[in-house]
Amino acid sequence: MLLLAAVAVLSLALGAKPLSLADVWHGLTDPASPEYAVVHQGRLPRTLLGLAAGAALGVAGAAMQTLTRNPLADPGLLGINAGASAAVATATVLLGVADLDRQVWYALLGAAAVTVAVHAIAGGRQATPARLALAGAALNAALYSYVSAMMLVDSTSLERMRFWTVGSLAGARTDTVPSLLPFVLAGLVIALLVTRPLAALALGDDSARALGARPGLVRGAVVVAVTLLCGAATAACGPIVFVGLLAPHLVRALTGPDPRRLLPWCAVFAPVLLLTADVAGRLLGRPGELQVGLVTAVLGGPLFLHLVRRGRVGRL
Amino acid sequence: MIVLRLPGGLSLRLRPRALVVGLAGTLLALALAVLAVGAGDYPIAPAGVLRVLAGGGSPADRFIVTELRLPRLVTALAVGAALGLAGAVFQSLTRNPLGSPDVLGVTSGAATGALVVVVAGGGSAALAGAAAAGGVATGLLLYALAGRHGVGGHRLVLVGIGVTAILTGVNGWLLTRAPLMDAARAALWITGSLDGRGWANALPVLGALAVLLPAVLLARAPALRLLEMGDDSAAGLGVPVRRVRVAALGSAVLLVSVAAAAAGPVSFLALTAPHLARRLTRAPGPNLLPSAVVGAALLLAADQLAQHAVAGRQLPVGVITGVLGGGYLAWLLAGERGGRR
Repeated sequence: MLLLAAVAVLSLALGAKPLSLADVWHGLTDPASPEYAVVHQGRLPRTLLGLAAGAALGVAGAAMQTLTRNPLADPGLLGINAGASAAVATATVLLGVADLDRQVWYALLGAAAVTVAVHAIAGGRQATPARLALAGAALNAALYSYVSAMMLVDSTSLERMRFWTVGSLAGARTDTVPSLLPFVLAGLVIALLVTRPLAALALGDDSARALGARPGLVRGAVVVAVTLLCGAATAACGPIVFVGLLAPHLVRALTGPDPRRLLPWCAVFAPVLLLTADVAGRLLGRPGELQVGLVTAVLGGPLFLHLVRRGRVGRL
Repeated sequence: MIVLRLPGGLSLRLRPRALVVGLAGTLLALALAVLAVGAGDYPIAPAGVLRVLAGGGSPADRFIVTELRLPRLVTALAVGAALGLAGAVFQSLTRNPLGSPDVLGVTSGAATGALVVVVAGGGSAALAGAAAAGGVATGLLLYALAGRHGVGGHRLVLVGIGVTAILTGVNGWLLTRAPLMDAARAALWITGSLDGRGWANALPVLGALAVLLPAVLLARAPALRLLEMGDDSAAGLGVPVRRVRVAALGSAVLLVSVAAAAAGPVSFLALTAPHLARRLTRAPGPNLLPSAVVGAALLLAADQLAQHAVAGRQLPVGVITGVLGGGYLAWLLAGERGGRR
């Protein structure tokens, strides 16, 4: 929690124009101060978006890893973000939907479709981690071909989409988080409500039933939660990979695999990770910035490779 | 089975069914080619196309065929053949039908190389060179990451998926660094496109094919066939496992990179062509030549689809191969359930 607060303050203070702590405080509270505009128009929405999107991706990743017993599960790798991207691209380019309030619905639709499709392709309940990752990679590639076709339709959509497809918090405006929040909150509440039966499910369907859980209902609830979380996060920030992979793995080292502890801590820690990556991108990329999606890919990729090389695949 | 013995101790084994598939594929590709050259805003009848190719025809026909449509078509055939062959070598070496260069990230690496040049504002010769360099570098990285024991099975594929994810992030970022005009050019290129390809694009691929196709077919095909039985058995039969693998992998990476330099990272062709070839020939082993032929025919067909599927708008060919190929891979995975893997 302390860490979260510290990173949030850093995210408010650092950037193209660094502010002192006193400046941040004035900017937050005093409408007359010169920093008020910088903080309220730019950094505050951006930081809040980072908190919401980070929590969403982290919890979604943790829930998926637990449900599928797949250490490689990540909303980005399994194609869910790509599904949301493809739907948003279609809405933006072909239907002219430009505001986030309506884009988020398309994103949810795309995320839901791909969640179901990847699971079905990988073999339903018999899906192995490797097959899930492959099915995700197949859909990822097909969907991104489609997204790039959409980007080529005209140069205004290219201009808008090429920044969005990297994954960035920079587009945050004052109304971004309010329009996102209902979806993220709903997803978080559902995910946190099912942590107890999810823990029972880890013992196998029969034991879970004996413990009073209903496996079908739990699976359904997790799918709904993951769809809400990933769809909303992708609509607002574009596809961000590896946060949902990285955060649960780091948290698990502290809490162990029990979802009752894992999921809540991911909701706290994943935003720390995402905001740190965002701040790092702002500092490293000066005078411009590195988009947060690139930073997470470059950080998370090696962890993924490490997991594969250690042969941890299939053991969770 | 027919065995051709060539001077120098080299031999070429031919299966009748594979031979028929190869010939039929070649004929199909050629017929498609004649139709393709004739199709467009200025249609030319197949007879007219053949007349031009024989050295006759009206000056207008000659110009359109030899300067505009033929180079594009030859590029398509050469790139398709290179990707098909490379895919067959990759799948044979990894003993995994999914071990194709695009799943493994070699094509993404080639794209990274090319995008660096676009952002730096280089010309098309530098772009081709950088694409090749990027592909080769990614190949080396994969080889290093997969480790000594990791070339077979799903592990290399998973490593490849990780590498692809990182490179996709880097590529997207590079795309944001370029000025809008260059970004549009790069976005088109990164999707895989044959628009406006001239002889300058076709010749490097043809050259690479001319050198590497016989090299892979004659020198490596028998060893590759033995390698599919496992490293130990192959070594027991006197195959220099390490050398064969490095040489074959190197040739395949080069082919992919040269193809990407000419047409961009056309996705899924290297995956799909060997699969279709194997289904057609029903032959075990790498199916190298049929894969190359099927690859050429596929890319040509995809490019025709891309040009004429949507009236009044040309799609880049990579969109067609990406969407169809991704669907094919998904279908393949779904069908694999309960099967061998």
